[in-house]
Amino acid sequence: MAGPVLEMRSIVKTFPGVKALSDVTLTVRQGEVHAICGENGAGKSTLMKVLSGVHPHGTYEGEILFEGEACRFKDIRASEQHGIVIIHQELALVPYLSIAENIFLGNEHATRGFIDWNETLRHAAELLRRVGLAEHPETRVADIGVGKQQLVEIAKALSKKVKLLILDEPTAALNDEDSGKLLDLILQLKDQGITSIIISHKLNEIRRVADSVTILRDGRTIETLDVKDPRTTEDRIISGMVGRDLEHRFPERTPHRPEEGAAPALEIRNWTVHHPIDQQRKVVDDVSLEVRRGEIVGIAGLMGAGRTELAMSVFGRTYGRYADGTVLKDGREIRTKTVPEAVAHGIAYVTEDRKHYGLNLIDTINRNISLSALRKVARRGVVDEHEERQVAEGFRKSMNIKAPTVFEPVGKLSGGNQQKVVLSKWIFAGPDVLILDEPTRGIDVGAKYEIYTVIDQLAAQGKAVVFISSELPELLGMCDRIYTMAAGRLTGEFSRAEASQESLMRQMTKDKEVTR
Amino acid sequence: MSTEVTDKTPAAAPPGGNGTGTGDGLLQLMLDGMRRNMRQYGMLIALGLIVALFAVWTDGDLLLPRNVSNLVLQNSYILILAIGMMLVIIAGHIDLSVGSLTAFVGSMAAVFMVRNDMPWPLAVVLCLAVGAIAGAVQGFFIAYGGIPSFIVTLAGMLTFRGLTEIFLEGQTLGPFPKGLQKLANGFMPEVGPETNYHNLTLLLGFGLIALVVLQEVRDRRRQQEFALDVLPAKLFLLKLVALAAAVLTVTLLLASYKGAPIVLLILGALLVGFGYVMRNAVIGRHIYAIGGNLPAAKLSGVRDKKVTFLVFLNMGMLAALAGLVFAARFNAASPKAGLNFELEAIAAAFIGGASMSGGVGTVLGAIIGGLVLGVLNNGMNLVGIGTDWQQVIKGLVLLAAVGFDVWNKRKVGS
Repeated sequence: MAGPVLEMRSIVKTFPGVKALSDVTLTVRQGEVHAICGENGAGKSTLMKVLSGVHPHGTYEGEILFEGEACRFKDIRASEQHGIVIIHQELALVPYLSIAENIFLGNEHATRGFIDWNETLRHAAELLRRVGLAEHPETRVADIGVGKQQLVEIAKALSKKVKLLILDEPTAALNDEDSGKLLDLILQLKDQGITSIIISHKLNEIRRVADSVTILRDGRTIETLDVKDPRTTEDRIISGMVGRDLEHRFPERTPHRPEEGAAPALEIRNWTVHHPIDQQRKVVDDVSLEVRRGEIVGIAGLMGAGRTELAMSVFGRTYGRYADGTVLKDGREIRTKTVPEAVAHGIAYVTEDRKHYGLNLIDTINRNISLSALRKVARRGVVDEHEERQVAEGFRKSMNIKAPTVFEPVGKLSGGNQQKVVLSKWIFAGPDVLILDEPTRGIDVGAKYEIYTVIDQLAAQGKAVVFISSELPELLGMCDRIYTMAAGRLTGEFSRAEASQESLMRQMTKDKEVTR
Repeated sequence: MSTEVTDKTPAAAPPGGNGTGTGDGLLQLMLDGMRRNMRQYGMLIALGLIVALFAVWTDGDLLLPRNVSNLVLQNSYILILAIGMMLVIIAGHIDLSVGSLTAFVGSMAAVFMVRNDMPWPLAVVLCLAVGAIAGAVQGFFIAYGGIPSFIVTLAGMLTFRGLTEIFLEGQTLGPFPKGLQKLANGFMPEVGPETNYHNLTLLLGFGLIALVVLQEVRDRRRQQEFALDVLPAKLFLLKLVALAAAVLTVTLLLASYKGAPIVLLILGALLVGFGYVMRNAVIGRHIYAIGGNLPAAKLSGVRDKKVTFLVFLNMGMLAALAGLVFAARFNAASPKAGLNFELEAIAAAFIGGASMSGGVGTVLGAIIGGLVLGVLNNGMNLVGIGTDWQQVIKGLVLLAAVGFDVWNKRKVGS
C-alpha cells in the first residue's frame, strides 16, 4: 500500500468551556477511503473543520502534514488550493442558482470579471458526467433532489482539482437508492486516485466502501482499524465507539414498577411522518411506543434517526407532514394537532435546541418561565406580575438557576442555567408527560447532575418522562426502559437490565435493509 | 481562552427577596433596568435636551402654554399611529399602509358625514370599523396567508391611497360637523368659578396625581404581600414626589391656556391602556414572545397567527382614529392626507427603542420617540428653519438614535 498522504498529529482544539479535541492523531494513506466514526460529540466534525481550515491555523495545537508538507491553512480557500475539499452535512448550495453556477461559485470561469458561459457550461457538463448526474447544467439546484444535490457538491469539489475529499455524513439525508449511488461514486473516485475521508455512523456503509476506519471518542483517537481485516467486526467497532468509562454519575434511582392494569400515560401508535419538503421520505416510520406514569423511558439513536422529528410531530405537529398514527393519553385518544392542544392534554416538549426553539433570549428569566402557562399567573387576561415574579423566584431557588435576579435576560446565562430555565418553564406548565430532547447537551458535568436529579424527582412525582439522548451512559443511568431508533424506525426495546452500550449501539447502527 | 468548564454568574448581586426591601440588591436592579432600557432613558434625556435647546433658542416661546397645547394637537395623529406601529414592530412586522389608511378613513368620514349627513357619533363608529376591517384583511394575509408584512402593507399603501382618490373623486371634501371638529381642536369645557386656571383641567390633574399615588402604594403593598423586594421607603417617597411634580407641571401649563385638549385625553387613555396591555396582559406578553423568538413562542403554545392578526387589526383601528383626528383638525378630507405618516410613525417607534428584529420596545417609548420628532418639528418651525433642513435633521436624528443603541449594545457585549 502507498504511504500516508495526510498526517494529523496530536491535534488539540478547545472552545470556551469545552475541550472538543484533546489528542487526535489521524493518518490517511494515499488513495484509500478512510472512515471516521464515533458517537455524537466525539469530535469528528471538529477534526474535519481543523483539517479544512474552518478553524484556522493558530486556533488549535498540533500539526498537519499533507503530502509530506506542513500545512497552516488560514481559511477554507487555503486548504482548497492544496486540494483538500470538505462537503458539509448541510449542503452549501445556493438553491436558486443553476447547477453550473453553483459548481463554479467563487471560482468562476471569467475574464476580467465577466463570466465565460460557454466554458462554464462545457466544464460543468463534463464534471456532471464524471459524477454520473444526468441533469442539464442550467437546471436550478432547488429543482433537483437532495441525492442529486450531493452529487453537485462532489462535482464542485472535482472542479477544484480535489486530492482529498472529506464527506461529513454524506448519506444522512439520503434514501437507500441515492446512498448506494453515492457510495459507488466514492469507490469510482478512488479508482481515479482521489483519497476520501468519510464520516459515518452507518457501519454497513463503512464496511462497504472504507479501507480503514479511525474511531474517535471524547475528543481522542481510540484506534485505527483495517476494515478488510476479518477481525474488524461491527462489534469490534462498536466497542471502540462506546468505550467503557462511565464518568458521569447519576442520582440513585429506584427502578419504576409499572402499576397493574393502568393505561400508559402516553401511547403513540403507528406514528408515521414524512419529510416536510422531500415528501417521499419517511422521517418517522410506523413508530409505536408507550410511557407510564413514574417511568423514565429513553429513546436512543444517532443523528438523523428521527427522534426529534418523532417528538416534535407528536407535540402539535411542529415537524414534517403527518401521515398516520394516533396518540393516546391515559388510554383515550387525544388530538395533538396544535401546540396549545398538546399542552392542554398535559404534554410538554423540552426542545433540543434551546437557543432557537426553547427560549426568548432577549427576554428575562421570569417571562420565559411563565410563557407557556401565562394564564396560571393571570386573571381575566391580565398577568399578575408579582405572582409571576414569585413563581420565577421559586424556580430560581429550587432549580438553582445561577442569576442575581429573575430579571436577568436569559441570553446572558450559561448553557446549564438556560436549560434549567427551559425545564422550569415546562414544569410550571404542570404536564403529566414530559418529552425531554437532549436535555443535557452542551452543559457541564455539575449542571448535568442537577438536571438528572430534577428528572428523577419528576418521575417520582408520577410524571411520565420520555428522555431522548445521544449519550448512552446517561440513558443507561437514568431510564427504566430504552427504545432504539434508526432511520426513522423503532429498532429495539430494552429493559434497564437488558440494556448495555453495546446492545443499544448495535440497534442504533442498524440500517433499514438490515431490519427488513 | 479558558479550558475549564464554567458556570459562573456575572457580578452576582446578593439575591433579594426578604420582603423588607433593603438596599444594594435593589440599586443594582435599578441600574440594570436602566442599562437594559438605555435607548428609552437615553431618548428621555435627549427629549429633555431638545426641549431645553429650543426653549432657549426661541426665548421660551416653545414652552408657552399656547404652544404646548399646539404641540399636542399637531402631533396627536402621529402619536396615535406610533402606538400601533410600536406593537407591529414588537411583533416583528412592519406596516407601510397606515398613512394611506389614514387618508382612506378620512375620505370615508367625509362620505358619511358631508355627503350623506350621517350623525357624527355613528360615523365615527363606522369609520373605526372600516379601519379595523382594513387592518384585519391585511392581518389575515400576513398571519394566515404567510405573505411578508412588508409586501402586504405596501400593497395596502397603494390600494388605500387609490381608493381614497376614487371616493373623493380627486377633490377635498368638507366641512365636518362641529362635534367631530371638537375631537381634534376642542378642549375640555370650562366649569365652576373664575380662576386664572382652567378648572376642569386642574381637577383632572389632581385626580390623576391621586390615582398615580394610590396605584403606586397599592402596588407596593402587593409586592410586600408576595414577599418581594420593594423600594426603600425614602426612595419610594421621592419617586412619588417626582411623578406628582411632572403631572402637576403639565397640568398647570395646559390649565393656564384653554385647558386640556380632547385629543390629549384620548392619547393619555391610549398610552395607559396599551401600556398596561403590553406590560400586563397575556396578549401583550405573547406579542413580545412572537417578536423575540417566533419558533420558541410557537413551541410554547402561543397562538402566533391569531396574535399577529389582532396586532394588525388593532393597527387598522388606530389608523382610522388618526384619520378621523386628522380630518377633523383640518376640517376636510383630502386625497393627499397622511402622506408619509407611516414613515414618521416608524421613525418614532425606532427612535423610541424598537428593534428591527422585533421583541423589544414599549408604548411609552413610541410616545417619547414621537415627541422627539414633534418637538424638533415645532421648535425648528419657531426658529424659522425651512422644511428642507428639517427633514435632513430628522433623518440624522433617527440615524443617531439607532446608531447610539447599536454602539451601546456592542460595548456592553450583549
